[in-house]
Amino acid sequence: MSKSEQPSNSVLSVTDVEVGQQLPARTIHIERASLVQYTGASLDRNRLHWDERFARSVGLPDVIAHGMFTMGTAVNVVSDWVGDTGRVVEYGARFTKPVVVPYEGGADVEATGVVTAVDAQTRRATVELKVTCGSDKVLGRAVAVVVLD
Amino acid sequence: MAVNAGFTGRTYPPTSPYSVGREKIREFAEAVGAVDVVHIDPAAARARGYRDVIAPPTFAVLIAQKCDRQFIVDPEAGIDYSRLVHGEQRFVHHRPITAGDEIVGVLTVDSVKSAGGNSMVTTRSELSTIGGEPVCTATSTVVIRGGE
Repeated sequence: MSKSEQPSNSVLSVTDVEVGQQLPARTIHIERASLVQYTGASLDRNRLHWDERFARSVGLPDVIAHGMFTMGTAVNVVSDWVGDTGRVVEYGARFTKPVVVPYEGGADVEATGVVTAVDAQTRRATVELKVTCGSDKVLGRAVAVVVLD
Repeated sequence: MAVNAGFTGRTYPPTSPYSVGREKIREFAEAVGAVDVVHIDPAAARARGYRDVIAPPTFAVLIAQKCDRQFIVDPEAGIDYSRLVHGEQRFVHHRPITAGDEIVGVLTVDSVKSAGGNSMVTTRSELSTIGGEPVCTATSTVVIRGGE
């Protein structure tokens, strides 16, 4: 491999990471348009995510975000922190509460994470994500594993 | 109607191949706000050691849901899709999904449980290239709410 083909070194090193370290928090603003865009990209066309009348007919207060949309946007906190999305080797979450997305104003989801384990041998770190909307914890057991340099 | 517990342990034949395209990766990355250039710029992806642009971690759900559909639409499984709620999703990536991959999935129904009128089903999709290289293990749990 020539020098110009060396992988970029913007990835966090295992020596930069310790248990208890907080990842930068971010607010994810969700509008109806975000859900329509995700509906198209993911092919998950369930009416709950874009049809207000339908959502109300099944007892929801309004349309709700796809759990996979919330999960997919929240992990950016981890991939941006580690410096390369390809380093996120495990990721999972429970969908504990729906994110209700009203026509007016949309919804704001807060996402952050904390390092809960670092293994110097395998260069793997475990991050537990905290993802909330108002007072609701919307993802449970949200855990990502990354491979560090 | 409860989900048919007799499906526990059932494995389906491999799906037809899913062709991973650059533009689908870009579209998905934009939809989830993933701004890493590794999703959109093949040269940047190669500079990091990947063969081509790679997909965000949850992109695998596109292929995993294609696997799940075989079971969900099986009339004998007894699943009322309108009562289905996604409960949990996990991915273990053996390597990133990369543009140009042709991916097949093998679905296994890991468990079917019923309690309090609801059913909980856990499925596992083993995604690999048509050449047999393991790419991702996707595990999904859905809840099917009981009727009134």
